Amino acid sequence: MTQKFEFTVNGKPVGVDLDNEETPLLNVLRNNLGLMGTRFGCGLEQCGCCTVLIDGRPEKCCAKPVWSVAGKSVVTIEGIGTPERPHPLQQAFIDEQAGQCGYCLSGIVVSAKALLDNNPAPTRAEIAQALDDNICRCGSHNRILRAVEKAAAQLRGGQQ
Amino acid sequence: MNAPVLPGPLKDNPSLARWVAFPAPGQVAINTGRVEIGQGVLTAMVQIAADELDVAMTRIAIRSGSTAVTPNEGYTAGSQSIQFGGVAMRQACADVRALFLAQAAKVLACPVNELSIRDGSILRKGASTGQDYWTLAGAVDLNVDAGGSGARKPIAELESIGTSSARLDLPAKIFGDAIFIHDMRLPGMQHARVVRQPNRGATIGSVDERAILRVAKAPVAFVRQGNFLAILGDDETAVDLAAVAADSHVKWQNVETPTAIQQEANWLLQRPAVDRVFGAEPADAKGRERFERTYSRGYLAHASISPSCGLAHYDNGHLTVWTHCQGVFPLRAALVKTLGLEASAITVHHVQGSGCYGHNGSDDAAADAAIVAMQLPGKPIRVRWRREEEFIYEPKTPAMIVKVHALLDEAGKPTDWTQEIWSPTHNQRPGAGGNLLGALALPHPPPEPPPNDVPESNGGGATRNAEPLYDIAAKRHIHHLVTETPVRTSALRGLGAMPNVFALECCIDELAERAGVYPVAYRLAITADQRARAVIEKVAAMANWQAGEPGGAGRGRGIAFARYKNRAAYAACVVELDVDEEIRLRHVWCATDAGLVINPDGVINQLEGGIIQSASWVLKEQVRFDNSVALGHASFDWETYPVLKFSEVPEIDIELINTKDEVPLGVGEVTAGPTAAAIGNAVSHALGTRIRDLPLTRERIMASLLKE
Ligand code: FES
Ligand code: FES
Repeated sequence: MTQKFEFTVNGKPVGVDLDNEETPLLNVLRNNLGLMGTRFGCGLEQCGCCTVLIDGRPEKCCAKPVWSVAGKSVVTIEGIGTPERPHPLQQAFIDEQAGQCGYCLSGIVVSAKALLDNNPAPTRAEIAQALDDNICRCGSHNRILRAVEKAAAQLRGGQQ
Repeated sequence: MNAPVLPGPLKDNPSLARWVAFPAPGQVAINTGRVEIGQGVLTAMVQIAADELDVAMTRIAIRSGSTAVTPNEGYTAGSQSIQFGGVAMRQACADVRALFLAQAAKVLACPVNELSIRDGSILRKGASTGQDYWTLAGAVDLNVDAGGSGARKPIAELESIGTSSARLDLPAKIFGDAIFIHDMRLPGMQHARVVRQPNRGATIGSVDERAILRVAKAPVAFVRQGNFLAILGDDETAVDLAAVAADSHVKWQNVETPTAIQQEANWLLQRPAVDRVFGAEPADAKGRERFERTYSRGYLAHASISPSCGLAHYDNGHLTVWTHCQGVFPLRAALVKTLGLEASAITVHHVQGSGCYGHNGSDDAAADAAIVAMQLPGKPIRVRWRREEEFIYEPKTPAMIVKVHALLDEAGKPTDWTQEIWSPTHNQRPGAGGNLLGALALPHPPPEPPPNDVPESNGGGATRNAEPLYDIAAKRHIHHLVTETPVRTSALRGLGAMPNVFALECCIDELAERAGVYPVAYRLAITADQRARAVIEKVAAMANWQAGEPGGAGRGRGIAFARYKNRAAYAACVVELDVDEEIRLRHVWCATDAGLVINPDGVINQLEGGIIQSASWVLKEQVRFDNSVALGHASFDWETYPVLKFSEVPEIDIELINTKDEVPLGVGEVTAGPTAAAIGNAVSHALGTRIRDLPLTRERIMASLLKE
């Protein structure tokens, strides 16, 4: 039976009609809403490629049934910033050339955003800890850590 | 006068029109057969073209990896993209520039040497002439063969080459654009999953379609050809559910499951093999003791972050395939054999995927999509592998045993070096006569490919870097190409170089220790190669390495060196780490001589990636088998095949030297071996006991401490 699921994505209300209420949010974002920035890496909640913010918390959405986000606010990489108005994290990732294949980056930027929202002055170890659920197979880790540190400093108003 | 020697890819694709075009005023199009796999190659190619054509980078659009438009450069692999493909691009652009200058001289009725080009405009004695590439394009036919006589710019005049231009592809990945193959959606497209044949020769016993349909909760269809079975539909979620259900509702016969004993490199010693000897028989060692040590490494997975994906559309007798594989032309050739189409009836386009680091499942996923598409003309098909499917069915890099036998002089320096290798093949790429996975399940599967490995002329497979670069009077290697394996094996970053350099450089450390000479000095004493000496000395200085640093108290440092393939880039690494029950990497220093560097930051990025990936292999990775789990594959997700995490990566410092040399040398794979061996040497320094088998797991560390 078709049901309608309503929530917000990047601040805009959306309603999706689905037969299967267990459809993972990731599939809804990618296949129903055409938001391809949130990537599929495993579907097993193990790699972090699909990380989005749900009511401000970083969550993997590849196995999160759509019913569980009804009425909630979802923010994806597309909602973090755009080339015209990049988030300081995105600008820092560009400045540090933080990435190789870049497949992991959507999830990492979202995880980093969640960290900085809660902890504006994380140590390098805290950043690493916060990103431990995100796998980067290309070995871009150190650049990514530098970029997050840089963005944090920028967001704090350029001190340090 | 002798004709200039053309770079290989340009000789193979001589028409300049395959490389460069001027499609509209102010615009330049270049084509490369190399593809972006996260290494920044497209940016480097644009930098090269900007310099040799004298146009701004922003004018250049680059197309890559398409059988319809780009040169056929085989595979993007082996750290050869810049060393060969970049050199070919450079020469093609130089030839194009020379043709335009000649035409301009004709139009302006002046000698060529009065002319120059600035951002595409022709200048005469520095003044503008009103002519440019685009005014002249109609009169210059690029459908001519490259002569190779266009003068490349002197190194000192290069402007774009040698600068750290920002990667052109990176912003799209940071903003989450739909640029990966996984993001492609075609009108009317069907999502498909393949019910994988567990092994060659396995046959479908029964398919409980009704049970599968019940789980899918939405309509899905089945396509079957022999033992090739796919499930497809409009709704990806339903197709995924059906594919998972198929694990229990499709029964296979003639299933062979690998066993735990087969996961160990030692298992290779008793298997059938094809033996080859390179170099003379070992010197007569009568009455002289040989120094012998044996090292090993298990099977590794590429473990790309995105499972493989392929799209195909068979329409009006023409098959179009989209793939993230490393070689669109070899894939097309393999599809010709599999599908019985003419090459002219197949177009293969590269679309970016995640980093692959070698031959992963990408070719196979493309073939899966093509096989399904051929059954359903007019319908675009998208196959995306499941995570477990990628881990279980991607080709693995082989386990290897490397045994070093050395004769020493009175000072304890090697005079005679034999490296003996047991390894399955490192090359079952489709173009090597290896088979596409889906093809094995079709009614007439291709025969087993004959035993082969990468030829020595391409740097060898298992034998890659088996010969020390050091000054040793006699060197040889013996290759036992093991022909019986529990899993399909193929190319992973560096092929045999990592195990060979691990063995060689750990053994050198053992010899240094035996001779009582500190490891840096010992290496320098047996190395005349100036470039090798330079990176070793450089990295020792970077790490502030002191002779006779105390070790054995849980903290250690180790050094290792290699020149990749003995003909690409040089790298030396120093690793500092702590060991108790586990290893914690603290710092890696690396000095690299990659010759002419196109993009220094891009090179450093790749070297860092190589270091971290190698550290992950060494500390954590081994593909495990266990015939008590389904299909015998005990490594099937990120929990059963963990890789290095953010909190586990070391600090890394890299310096490039000799960056203005004439010849660029590939870098993507050079750090893998030195990192592995430097970790091995540092662990030995920290523990006072040596572990010769990879990975350096907790169990092995505990066992080696107990032995003490
Ligand atoms: S795709 Fe969701 S965690 Fe991997
Ligand atoms: S950049 Fe490729 S996985 Fe992180």
